[in-house]
Amino acid sequence: MEISRHWRLRQQRYGLVGEVCPHCDAKIFPPRDVCPSCSGEAKTPYVFSGKGEVYSYTIVHDPPEGFEANAPYAVALVKLDEGPILTSQLTDVELAEVKIGQRVEMVTRKLREDGDERGMLVYGYKFRPTLATAGA
Amino acid sequence: MSEVYIAGVGITPAGEHWERSLRELAFAALEAAANDTERLLGGRAPAEALFAANALAGQLSGQAHLGVLIADFAGLRGIEAVNVEAAGASGGAAIRQAYIAVASGQVETALVVGVEKTTDTIGGRVNAATATAGDSDFESVQGATPAALAGLLMQRYLHTYGLEHDVFADFAINAHANAKANPNAMFRNTITRDAYARAGAVADPISMMDVAPECDGAAAIVLTSRPTAVRVVASAQATDTLALHDRPDLLGFDAAQLSAGRAYKTANLGPDEIDLFELFDAYTVFAALSLEAAGFAERGQGWRLAVEGQIGRDRRIPIQTFGGLKARGNPIGATGVYQVAEVALQVRGEAGASQVPNARVGMAQCIGGIGANIVTHILQTA
Ligand SMILES: [Zn+2]
Repeated sequence: MEISRHWRLRQQRYGLVGEVCPHCDAKIFPPRDVCPSCSGEAKTPYVFSGKGEVYSYTIVHDPPEGFEANAPYAVALVKLDEGPILTSQLTDVELAEVKIGQRVEMVTRKLREDGDERGMLVYGYKFRPTLATAGA
Repeated sequence: MSEVYIAGVGITPAGEHWERSLRELAFAALEAAANDTERLLGGRAPAEALFAANALAGQLSGQAHLGVLIADFAGLRGIEAVNVEAAGASGGAAIRQAYIAVASGQVETALVVGVEKTTDTIGGRVNAATATAGDSDFESVQGATPAALAGLLMQRYLHTYGLEHDVFADFAINAHANAKANPNAMFRNTITRDAYARAGAVADPISMMDVAPECDGAAAIVLTSRPTAVRVVASAQATDTLALHDRPDLLGFDAAQLSAGRAYKTANLGPDEIDLFELFDAYTVFAALSLEAAGFAERGQGWRLAVEGQIGRDRRIPIQTFGGLKARGNPIGATGVYQVAEVALQVRGEAGASQVPNARVGMAQCIGGIGANIVTHILQTA
Protein backbone atom coordinates (compact mmCIF):
# COMPACT_ATOMS: atom_id res chain seq x y z
CA MET A 1 0.00 0.00 0.00
CA GLU A 2 1.07 3.55 -0.70
CA ILE A 3 2.22 6.01 1.92
CA SER A 4 0.15 8.82 0.37
CA ARG A 5 -3.00 6.82 0.80
CA HIS A 6 -2.53 6.42 4.56
CA TRP A 7 -1.47 10.04 4.86
CA ARG A 8 -4.66 11.13 3.09
CA LEU A 9 -6.76 9.28 5.66
CA ARG A 10 -4.86 10.51 8.74
CA GLN A 11 -7.73 12.67 10.07
CA GLN A 12 -10.08 9.69 10.00
CA ARG A 13 -7.55 7.16 11.28
CA TYR A 14 -6.26 9.30 14.19
CA GLY A 15 -9.05 11.76 14.86
CA LEU A 16 -12.34 10.12 13.78
CA VAL A 17 -13.07 13.20 11.71
CA GLY A 18 -16.27 12.74 9.75
CA GLU A 19 -18.91 15.15 8.59
CA VAL A 20 -22.19 16.66 9.72
CA CYS A 21 -24.97 17.35 7.23
CA PRO A 22 -25.95 21.04 7.19
CA HIS A 23 -29.42 20.10 5.93
CA CYS A 24 -30.58 17.33 8.28
CA ASP A 25 -27.85 17.27 10.98
CA ALA A 26 -26.98 13.62 10.27
CA LYS A 27 -23.48 12.69 11.48
CA ILE A 28 -21.43 10.90 8.83
CA PHE A 29 -18.42 8.59 9.18
CA PRO A 30 -16.38 7.95 7.15
CA PRO A 31 -16.81 11.23 5.25
CA ARG A 32 -18.53 10.82 1.91
CA ASP A 33 -19.59 14.39 1.02
CA VAL A 34 -23.13 13.26 0.09
CA CYS A 35 -25.44 12.77 3.08
CA PRO A 36 -26.70 9.16 3.22
CA SER A 37 -29.88 10.37 4.97
CA CYS A 38 -31.05 13.24 2.73
CA SER A 39 -28.65 13.05 -0.27
CA GLY A 40 -27.72 16.71 0.28
CA GLU A 41 -24.18 17.96 0.05
CA ALA A 42 -22.42 17.45 3.39
CA LYS A 43 -18.86 18.67 3.66
CA THR A 44 -18.78 20.22 7.15
CA PRO A 45 -16.13 18.45 9.25
CA TYR A 46 -17.32 16.87 12.49
CA VAL A 47 -15.14 15.27 15.15
CA PHE A 48 -16.69 12.19 16.73
CA SER A 49 -16.38 11.55 20.47
CA GLY A 50 -14.95 8.07 19.97
CA LYS A 51 -17.54 6.58 22.32
CA GLY A 52 -19.94 3.87 21.28
CA GLU A 53 -21.09 0.32 21.73
CA VAL A 54 -20.55 -3.05 20.08
CA TYR A 55 -23.31 -3.60 17.50
CA SER A 56 -21.90 -6.93 16.30
CA TYR A 57 -18.55 -8.73 16.56
CA THR A 58 -16.53 -11.65 15.27
CA ILE A 59 -13.28 -13.34 16.25
CA VAL A 60 -10.97 -13.74 13.25
CA HIS A 61 -8.99 -17.01 13.23
CA ASP A 62 -8.05 -17.01 9.55
CA PRO A 63 -6.35 -13.64 8.98
CA PRO A 64 -5.32 -11.98 5.75
CA GLU A 65 -1.69 -11.33 4.92
CA GLY A 66 -0.29 -8.63 7.20
CA PHE A 67 -2.47 -9.53 10.20
CA GLU A 68 -1.12 -13.00 11.05
CA ALA A 69 0.72 -11.82 14.16
CA ASN A 70 -2.48 -10.53 15.77
CA ALA A 71 -4.72 -13.56 15.21
CA PRO A 72 -7.03 -14.44 16.76
CA TYR A 73 -8.40 -10.92 17.05
CA ALA A 74 -11.83 -9.35 17.47
CA VAL A 75 -13.43 -7.20 14.76
CA ALA A 76 -16.59 -5.31 15.66
CA LEU A 77 -19.24 -3.13 14.17
CA VAL A 78 -19.11 -0.21 16.58
CA LYS A 79 -22.18 2.01 16.76
CA LEU A 80 -20.90 5.47 17.63
CA ASP A 81 -22.99 7.49 20.10
CA GLU A 82 -23.55 10.06 17.33
CA GLY A 83 -25.19 7.42 15.11
CA PRO A 84 -22.91 5.97 12.43
CA ILE A 85 -21.54 2.43 12.57
CA LEU A 86 -17.92 1.67 11.70
CA THR A 87 -15.77 -1.45 11.45
CA SER A 88 -12.92 -1.70 13.94
CA GLN A 89 -10.69 -4.16 15.69
CA LEU A 90 -11.23 -4.39 19.42
CA THR A 91 -8.14 -4.22 21.61
CA ASP A 92 -7.26 -4.64 25.29
CA VAL A 93 -10.15 -7.08 25.62
CA GLU A 94 -10.66 -10.73 26.59
CA LEU A 95 -11.98 -12.29 23.37
CA ALA A 96 -14.40 -14.51 25.29
CA GLU A 97 -15.94 -11.48 27.00
CA VAL A 98 -16.89 -9.43 23.95
CA LYS A 99 -20.64 -8.81 23.86
CA ILE A 100 -23.18 -6.99 21.75
CA GLY A 101 -24.08 -3.78 23.62
CA GLN A 102 -20.69 -3.51 25.35
CA ARG A 103 -19.48 0.09 25.78
CA VAL A 104 -16.26 0.86 23.91
CA GLU A 105 -14.01 3.84 23.25
CA MET A 106 -11.48 4.72 20.57
CA VAL A 107 -7.74 4.35 21.01
CA THR A 108 -4.88 4.61 18.49
CA ARG A 109 -2.94 1.44 17.78
CA LYS A 110 -0.85 -0.24 15.13
CA LEU A 111 -3.28 -1.76 12.61
CA ARG A 112 -0.93 -3.86 10.53
CA GLU A 113 2.55 -4.20 9.21
CA ASP A 114 2.14 -3.47 5.58
CA GLY A 115 3.09 -6.08 3.05
CA ASP A 116 5.57 -4.02 1.11
CA GLU A 117 9.34 -4.49 1.24
CA ARG A 118 9.72 -1.43 3.50
CA GLY A 119 7.58 -3.09 6.17
CA MET A 120 5.70 0.17 6.68
CA LEU A 121 3.53 0.36 9.79
CA VAL A 122 -0.07 1.52 9.59
CA TYR A 123 -1.60 3.17 12.66
CA GLY A 124 -5.24 4.00 13.23
CA TYR A 125 -8.26 3.61 15.45
CA LYS A 126 -9.18 0.53 17.40
CA PHE A 127 -11.76 0.37 20.18
CA ARG A 128 -11.38 -0.96 23.72
CA PRO A 129 -13.86 -1.57 26.52
CA THR A 130 -14.68 1.75 28.21
CA LEU A 131 -12.70 1.99 31.42
CA ALA A 132 -14.90 2.22 34.50
CA THR A 133 -14.57 5.66 36.09
CA ALA A 134 -15.90 6.90 39.41
CA GLY A 135 -19.37 8.36 39.03
CA ALA A 136 -19.65 7.22 35.44
CA MET B 1 -35.43 -6.19 -28.13
CA SER B 2 -34.64 -9.82 -28.98
CA GLU B 3 -35.57 -12.71 -26.74
CA VAL B 4 -32.46 -14.30 -25.23
CA TYR B 5 -31.92 -18.04 -25.07
CA ILE B 6 -29.26 -20.29 -23.61
CA ALA B 7 -27.67 -22.69 -26.08
CA GLY B 8 -24.80 -24.82 -24.79
CA VAL B 9 -23.41 -24.89 -21.29
CA GLY B 10 -20.01 -26.18 -20.18
CA ILE B 11 -19.16 -27.10 -16.62
CA THR B 12 -15.72 -28.30 -15.53
CA PRO B 13 -14.86 -29.80 -12.14
CA ALA B 14 -14.45 -27.27 -9.33
CA GLY B 15 -11.45 -27.99 -7.12
CA GLU B 16 -7.67 -27.75 -6.99
CA HIS B 17 -6.19 -27.80 -10.47
CA TRP B 18 -2.48 -27.38 -9.86
CA GLU B 19 -1.69 -28.70 -13.35
CA ARG B 20 -3.92 -26.32 -15.31
CA SER B 21 -3.60 -22.59 -15.96
CA LEU B 22 -6.31 -19.95 -16.15
CA ARG B 23 -6.43 -20.08 -19.93
CA GLU B 24 -6.57 -23.88 -20.02
CA LEU B 25 -9.41 -24.00 -17.48
CA ALA B 26 -11.39 -21.38 -19.41
CA PHE B 27 -10.80 -23.11 -22.75
CA ALA B 28 -12.01 -26.45 -21.38
CA ALA B 29 -15.29 -24.83 -20.30
CA LEU B 30 -15.72 -23.07 -23.65
CA GLU B 31 -15.07 -26.33 -25.52
CA ALA B 32 -17.64 -28.15 -23.41
CA ALA B 33 -20.18 -25.39 -24.08
CA ALA B 34 -19.42 -25.44 -27.82
CA ASN B 35 -19.91 -29.22 -27.96
CA ASP B 36 -23.19 -28.88 -26.06
CA THR B 37 -24.35 -26.16 -28.46
CA GLU B 38 -23.48 -28.34 -31.46
CA ARG B 39 -25.55 -31.16 -29.99
CA LEU B 40 -28.52 -28.86 -29.30
CA LEU B 41 -28.52 -26.79 -32.49
CA GLY B 42 -27.02 -29.29 -34.90
CA GLY B 43 -24.03 -27.05 -35.53
CA ARG B 44 -21.67 -24.56 -33.93
CA ALA B 45 -23.05 -21.08 -33.35
CA PRO B 46 -20.38 -18.55 -34.31
CA ALA B 47 -20.15 -15.98 -31.52
CA GLU B 48 -19.50 -12.28 -32.02
CA ALA B 49 -18.57 -11.45 -28.43
CA LEU B 50 -16.92 -13.07 -25.42
CA PHE B 51 -17.52 -11.94 -21.84
CA ALA B 52 -15.05 -13.34 -19.33
CA ALA B 53 -15.82 -13.34 -15.62
CA ASN B 54 -12.93 -13.28 -13.20
CA ALA B 55 -12.34 -11.52 -9.90
CA LEU B 56 -8.82 -12.27 -8.70
CA ALA B 57 -6.39 -13.20 -11.48
CA GLY B 58 -4.74 -9.78 -11.41
CA GLN B 59 -3.92 -10.23 -7.74
CA LEU B 60 -3.32 -13.98 -7.47
CA SER B 61 -1.82 -14.84 -10.85
CA GLY B 62 -0.42 -11.48 -11.95
CA GLN B 63 -2.68 -11.73 -15.00
CA ALA B 64 -5.30 -9.18 -15.95
CA HIS B 65 -6.95 -8.60 -19.37
CA LEU B 66 -8.65 -12.01 -19.37
CA GLY B 67 -10.98 -11.21 -22.25
CA VAL B 68 -8.04 -11.27 -24.64
CA LEU B 69 -6.11 -14.01 -22.80
CA ILE B 70 -9.02 -16.41 -23.23
CA ALA B 71 -10.14 -15.31 -26.71
CA ASP B 72 -6.60 -15.67 -28.02
CA PHE B 73 -6.02 -19.10 -26.45
CA ALA B 74 -9.43 -20.36 -27.61
CA GLY B 75 -8.67 -19.52 -31.25
CA LEU B 76 -11.11 -16.62 -31.31
CA ARG B 77 -8.64 -13.90 -32.29
CA GLY B 78 -10.48 -10.81 -33.52
CA ILE B 79 -13.63 -11.37 -31.46
CA GLU B 80 -14.97 -8.58 -29.23
CA ALA B 81 -13.91 -9.58 -25.70
CA VAL B 82 -13.81 -8.06 -22.24
CA ASN B 83 -13.47 -9.21 -18.62
CA VAL B 84 -16.23 -8.38 -16.17
CA GLU B 85 -15.27 -7.95 -12.51
CA ALA B 86 -17.85 -7.68 -9.75
CA ALA B 87 -16.16 -9.74 -7.00
CA GLY B 88 -18.29 -12.84 -6.24
CA ALA B 89 -20.95 -11.55 -8.62
CA SER B 90 -18.57 -11.43 -11.61
CA GLY B 91 -20.16 -14.48 -13.25
CA GLY B 92 -23.69 -13.15 -13.05
CA ALA B 93 -22.56 -9.69 -14.08
CA ALA B 94 -20.83 -11.08 -17.18
CA ILE B 95 -23.99 -13.00 -18.11
CA ARG B 96 -25.97 -9.81 -17.60
CA GLN B 97 -23.66 -7.94 -19.99
CA ALA B 98 -23.97 -10.72 -22.57
CA TYR B 99 -27.74 -10.70 -22.11
CA ILE B 100 -27.88 -6.96 -22.79
CA ALA B 101 -25.69 -7.41 -25.89
CA VAL B 102 -27.93 -10.15 -27.32
CA ALA B 103 -31.23 -8.55 -26.28
CA SER B 104 -30.23 -5.27 -27.91
CA GLY B 105 -29.61 -6.98 -31.22
CA GLN B 106 -25.99 -5.81 -31.32
CA VAL B 107 -24.85 -9.42 -31.06
CA GLU B 108 -26.63 -12.59 -32.15
CA THR B 109 -24.55 -14.99 -30.08
CA ALA B 110 -22.30 -14.25 -27.09
CA LEU B 111 -20.03 -16.49 -25.06
CA VAL B 112 -19.69 -16.14 -21.31
CA VAL B 113 -16.85 -17.90 -19.54
CA GLY B 114 -16.18 -17.64 -15.83
CA VAL B 115 -12.77 -18.72 -14.57
CA GLU B 116 -10.95 -18.44 -11.27
CA LYS B 117 -7.68 -19.80 -9.90
CA THR B 118 -7.22 -19.48 -6.16
CA THR B 119 -4.70 -22.27 -5.61
CA ASP B 120 -1.67 -20.56 -7.15
CA THR B 121 -0.95 -18.89 -3.83
CA ILE B 122 -1.29 -19.28 -0.07
CA GLY B 123 -4.25 -18.69 2.25
CA GLY B 124 -3.28 -15.35 3.80
CA ARG B 125 -2.73 -13.83 0.38
CA VAL B 126 -6.04 -15.21 -0.92
CA ASN B 127 -7.78 -13.68 2.11
CA ALA B 128 -6.11 -10.33 1.42
CA ALA B 129 -7.18 -10.58 -2.24
CA THR B 130 -10.81 -11.46 -1.52
CA ALA B 131 -10.89 -8.66 1.09
CA THR B 132 -10.38 -6.15 -1.73
CA ALA B 133 -14.07 -6.70 -2.54
CA GLY B 134 -14.87 -4.75 0.63
CA ASP B 135 -14.00 -1.18 1.58
CA SER B 136 -10.22 -1.17 1.56
CA ASP B 137 -9.82 2.05 3.57
CA PHE B 138 -12.41 1.33 6.26
CA GLU B 139 -12.96 -2.45 6.42
CA SER B 140 -9.98 -4.38 5.06
CA VAL B 141 -7.48 -2.11 6.86
CA GLN B 142 -8.94 -3.42 10.13
CA GLY B 143 -8.18 -7.03 9.17
CA ALA B 144 -11.80 -7.64 8.23
CA THR B 145 -11.89 -10.47 5.66
CA PRO B 146 -15.10 -11.40 3.83
CA ALA B 147 -15.53 -14.25 6.35
CA ALA B 148 -15.16 -11.75 9.21
CA LEU B 149 -17.78 -9.46 7.69
CA ALA B 150 -20.09 -12.43 7.18
CA GLY B 151 -19.40 -13.31 10.83
CA LEU B 152 -20.56 -9.83 11.87
CA LEU B 153 -23.70 -10.37 9.83
CA MET B 154 -24.40 -13.83 11.28
CA GLN B 155 -23.74 -12.66 14.86
CA ARG B 156 -26.26 -9.85 14.42
CA TYR B 157 -28.77 -12.26 12.81
CA LEU B 158 -28.53 -14.66 15.76
CA HIS B 159 -28.78 -11.78 18.26
CA THR B 160 -31.71 -10.06 16.55
CA TYR B 161 -33.80 -13.20 16.11
CA GLY B 162 -32.72 -14.94 19.32
CA LEU B 163 -31.26 -18.03 17.64
CA GLU B 164 -28.38 -20.47 18.17
CA HIS B 165 -25.68 -21.14 15.58
CA ASP B 166 -26.94 -24.63 14.73
CA VAL B 167 -30.00 -23.24 12.90
CA PHE B 168 -27.65 -22.89 9.92
CA ALA B 169 -26.46 -26.53 9.96
CA ASP B 170 -28.96 -27.81 7.40
CA PHE B 171 -27.70 -25.46 4.70
CA ALA B 172 -24.29 -27.16 4.87
CA ILE B 173 -25.81 -30.64 5.24
CA ASN B 174 -28.13 -30.14 2.23
CA ALA B 175 -25.26 -28.85 0.07
CA HIS B 176 -23.09 -31.89 0.74
CA ALA B 177 -26.00 -34.31 0.34
CA ASN B 178 -26.82 -32.84 -3.08
CA ALA B 179 -23.19 -32.76 -4.22
CA LYS B 180 -22.98 -36.56 -4.04
CA ALA B 181 -24.73 -36.77 -7.42
CA ASN B 182 -22.50 -34.12 -9.04
CA PRO B 183 -19.20 -35.41 -10.48
CA ASN B 184 -18.01 -31.78 -10.85
CA ALA B 185 -18.37 -31.04 -7.13
CA MET B 186 -15.32 -30.44 -4.97
CA PHE B 187 -16.72 -32.22 -1.88
CA ARG B 188 -19.07 -35.20 -1.98
CA ASN B 189 -18.75 -36.28 1.65
CA THR B 190 -21.65 -36.34 4.06
CA ILE B 191 -21.79 -33.74 6.83
CA THR B 192 -23.44 -34.76 10.07
CA ARG B 193 -25.05 -32.44 12.58
CA ASP B 194 -22.32 -33.47 15.02
CA ALA B 195 -19.54 -32.59 12.58
CA TYR B 196 -21.20 -29.22 12.00
CA ALA B 197 -21.27 -28.55 15.74
CA ARG B 198 -17.58 -29.49 16.17
CA ALA B 199 -16.18 -27.57 13.17
CA GLY B 200 -13.32 -25.17 13.87
CA ALA B 201 -13.97 -21.44 13.99
CA VAL B 202 -13.07 -19.23 11.03
CA ALA B 203 -14.70 -15.97 12.14
CA ASP B 204 -17.06 -16.67 15.05
CA PRO B 205 -19.84 -17.57 14.86
CA ILE B 206 -18.85 -18.68 11.36
CA SER B 207 -17.11 -22.05 11.33
CA MET B 208 -15.43 -24.05 8.59
CA MET B 209 -18.80 -25.69 7.92
CA ASP B 210 -20.43 -22.33 7.21
CA VAL B 211 -17.87 -21.24 4.60
CA ALA B 212 -17.84 -22.43 1.01
CA PRO B 213 -14.34 -23.46 -0.06
CA GLU B 214 -12.65 -21.10 -2.51
CA CYS B 215 -11.23 -23.10 -5.41
CA ASP B 216 -10.28 -23.23 -9.07
CA GLY B 217 -12.86 -23.75 -11.77
CA ALA B 218 -14.37 -22.63 -15.04
CA ALA B 219 -17.84 -22.74 -16.57
CA ALA B 220 -19.25 -21.35 -19.79
CA ILE B 221 -22.59 -20.64 -21.38
CA VAL B 222 -23.68 -19.56 -24.84
CA LEU B 223 -26.37 -16.86 -25.06
CA THR B 224 -28.13 -16.40 -28.37
CA SER B 225 -31.21 -14.91 -29.98
CA ARG B 226 -31.69 -18.21 -31.86
CA PRO B 227 -34.49 -20.07 -30.06
CA THR B 228 -33.43 -23.03 -27.91
CA ALA B 229 -35.12 -25.04 -25.17
CA VAL B 230 -34.22 -22.52 -22.44
CA ARG B 231 -35.16 -18.85 -22.41
CA VAL B 232 -33.69 -16.21 -20.10
CA VAL B 233 -36.87 -14.58 -18.84
CA ALA B 234 -35.18 -12.15 -16.45
CA SER B 235 -31.76 -10.62 -15.92
CA ALA B 236 -31.35 -8.06 -13.13
CA GLN B 237 -28.63 -6.50 -11.04
CA ALA B 238 -28.69 -4.25 -7.97
CA THR B 239 -26.17 -2.70 -5.59
CA ASP B 240 -26.00 -1.76 -1.91
CA THR B 241 -23.40 0.16 0.09
CA LEU B 242 -19.90 -1.23 -0.43
CA ALA B 243 -19.21 -1.40 3.31
CA LEU B 244 -21.44 -3.53 5.51
CA HIS B 245 -21.32 -0.90 8.28
CA ASP B 246 -23.00 1.72 6.07
CA ARG B 247 -26.27 -0.22 5.77
CA PRO B 248 -29.19 1.32 7.70
CA ASP B 249 -30.82 -2.14 7.71
CA LEU B 250 -28.03 -4.68 8.14
CA LEU B 251 -30.22 -7.77 7.80
CA GLY B 252 -32.38 -6.51 4.94
CA PHE B 253 -30.03 -7.74 2.20
CA ASP B 254 -31.53 -4.87 0.20
CA ALA B 255 -29.65 -5.54 -3.04
CA ALA B 256 -30.99 -9.11 -3.05
CA GLN B 257 -34.53 -7.79 -2.60
CA LEU B 258 -34.05 -5.22 -5.35
CA SER B 259 -32.35 -7.66 -7.72
CA ALA B 260 -34.91 -10.46 -7.21
CA GLY B 261 -37.77 -7.93 -7.30
CA ARG B 262 -36.62 -6.55 -10.65
CA ALA B 263 -36.25 -10.09 -12.00
CA TYR B 264 -39.74 -11.12 -10.84
CA LYS B 265 -41.21 -7.99 -12.41
CA THR B 266 -39.50 -8.58 -15.78
CA ALA B 267 -40.52 -12.23 -15.86
CA ASN B 268 -43.97 -11.52 -14.45
CA LEU B 269 -43.37 -14.30 -11.95
CA GLY B 270 -43.24 -14.57 -8.17
CA PRO B 271 -41.44 -16.82 -5.70
CA ASP B 272 -44.30 -19.34 -5.74
CA GLU B 273 -43.59 -20.06 -9.41
CA ILE B 274 -39.86 -20.71 -8.96
CA ASP B 275 -39.09 -24.47 -9.08
CA LEU B 276 -35.51 -24.16 -7.85
CA PHE B 277 -33.25 -21.37 -6.57
CA GLU B 278 -29.48 -21.54 -6.96
CA LEU B 279 -28.60 -19.05 -4.25
CA PHE B 280 -25.12 -17.86 -3.29
CA ASP B 281 -24.26 -19.80 -0.12
CA ALA B 282 -20.69 -18.50 0.23
CA TYR B 283 -21.66 -18.43 3.93
CA THR B 284 -24.65 -20.27 5.36
CA VAL B 285 -26.08 -16.98 6.65
CA PHE B 286 -26.24 -15.73 3.04
CA ALA B 287 -28.56 -18.65 2.23
CA ALA B 288 -31.01 -17.63 4.97
CA LEU B 289 -30.88 -13.94 4.03
CA SER B 290 -31.29 -14.68 0.30
CA LEU B 291 -34.34 -16.86 0.91
CA GLU B 292 -35.86 -14.01 2.91
CA ALA B 293 -34.93 -11.26 0.46
CA ALA B 294 -36.23 -13.23 -2.53
CA GLY B 295 -39.59 -13.78 -0.87
CA PHE B 296 -39.39 -17.45 0.09
CA ALA B 297 -39.53 -16.70 3.83
CA GLU B 298 -40.44 -13.85 6.14
CA ARG B 299 -37.63 -11.82 7.69
CA GLY B 300 -35.75 -13.80 10.29
CA GLN B 301 -37.32 -17.05 9.09
CA GLY B 302 -35.05 -18.13 6.22
CA TRP B 303 -33.25 -20.68 8.41
CA ARG B 304 -36.56 -22.35 9.13
CA LEU B 305 -36.90 -23.61 5.54
CA ALA B 306 -33.65 -25.53 6.05
CA VAL B 307 -34.46 -26.82 9.53
CA GLU B 308 -37.91 -27.96 8.36
CA GLY B 309 -36.49 -29.86 5.39
CA GLN B 310 -38.01 -27.59 2.71
CA ILE B 311 -34.81 -27.05 0.66
CA GLY B 312 -34.19 -30.59 -0.65
CA ARG B 313 -34.40 -31.42 -4.35
CA ASP B 314 -37.98 -32.65 -4.15
CA ARG B 315 -39.23 -30.16 -1.57
CA ARG B 316 -40.81 -26.71 -1.53
CA ILE B 317 -37.84 -24.66 -2.70
CA PRO B 318 -34.84 -26.72 -3.79
CA ILE B 319 -31.52 -24.91 -3.35
CA GLN B 320 -27.87 -25.98 -3.87
CA THR B 321 -29.15 -28.65 -6.28
CA PHE B 322 -25.64 -29.50 -7.53
CA GLY B 323 -24.07 -28.92 -4.12
CA GLY B 324 -24.17 -25.14 -3.98
CA LEU B 325 -21.05 -23.14 -3.27
CA LYS B 326 -20.52 -25.06 -0.04
CA ALA B 327 -19.95 -28.47 -1.67
CA ARG B 328 -19.58 -27.87 -5.41
CA GLY B 329 -16.97 -25.30 -4.44
CA ASN B 330 -16.70 -21.52 -4.89
CA PRO B 331 -14.47 -20.52 -7.83
CA ILE B 332 -15.33 -16.93 -6.98
CA GLY B 333 -15.60 -15.03 -10.26
CA ALA B 334 -16.73 -18.17 -12.11
CA THR B 335 -19.40 -19.20 -9.60
CA GLY B 336 -22.22 -17.16 -11.12
CA VAL B 337 -21.67 -18.93 -14.46
CA TYR B 338 -21.73 -22.35 -12.76
CA GLN B 339 -25.04 -21.41 -11.16
CA VAL B 340 -26.76 -20.37 -14.40
CA ALA B 341 -25.35 -23.40 -16.25
CA GLU B 342 -26.73 -25.65 -13.50
CA VAL B 343 -30.15 -24.00 -13.66
CA ALA B 344 -30.14 -24.39 -17.47
CA LEU B 345 -29.52 -28.14 -17.08
CA GLN B 346 -32.34 -28.33 -14.52
CA VAL B 347 -34.98 -26.63 -16.66
CA ARG B 348 -33.86 -28.65 -19.71
CA GLY B 349 -34.46 -31.80 -17.67
CA GLU B 350 -30.83 -32.82 -18.25
CA ALA B 351 -29.55 -32.60 -14.70
CA GLY B 352 -29.19 -36.38 -14.38
CA ALA B 353 -29.04 -37.61 -10.81
CA SER B 354 -29.21 -33.97 -9.66
CA GLN B 355 -32.54 -33.39 -11.40
CA VAL B 356 -35.29 -31.46 -9.60
CA PRO B 357 -38.55 -33.19 -10.60
CA ASN B 358 -40.60 -31.20 -13.15
CA ALA B 359 -38.33 -28.17 -13.05
CA ARG B 360 -39.50 -25.56 -15.58
CA VAL B 361 -38.53 -22.27 -13.94
CA GLY B 362 -35.22 -21.78 -12.15
CA MET B 363 -33.55 -18.77 -10.56
CA ALA B 364 -29.85 -18.13 -10.00
CA GLN B 365 -28.47 -15.35 -7.83
CA CYS B 366 -24.87 -14.44 -7.18
CA ILE B 367 -23.39 -11.99 -4.69
CA GLY B 368 -20.38 -9.72 -4.79
CA GLY B 369 -18.99 -8.63 -1.44
CA ILE B 370 -21.25 -8.95 1.59
CA GLY B 371 -24.46 -8.42 -0.38
CA ALA B 372 -23.09 -5.31 -2.11
CA ASN B 373 -23.71 -6.40 -5.70
CA ILE B 374 -26.35 -8.98 -6.54
CA VAL B 375 -27.27 -10.41 -9.93
CA THR B 376 -30.39 -12.51 -10.52
CA HIS B 377 -31.32 -14.55 -13.59
CA ILE B 378 -34.51 -16.52 -14.17
CA LEU B 379 -34.54 -19.27 -16.81
CA GLN B 380 -37.63 -20.95 -18.13
CA THR B 381 -38.31 -23.92 -20.40
CA ALA B 382 -39.10 -22.30 -23.74
ZN1 LIG C 1 -28.59 15.16 5.40
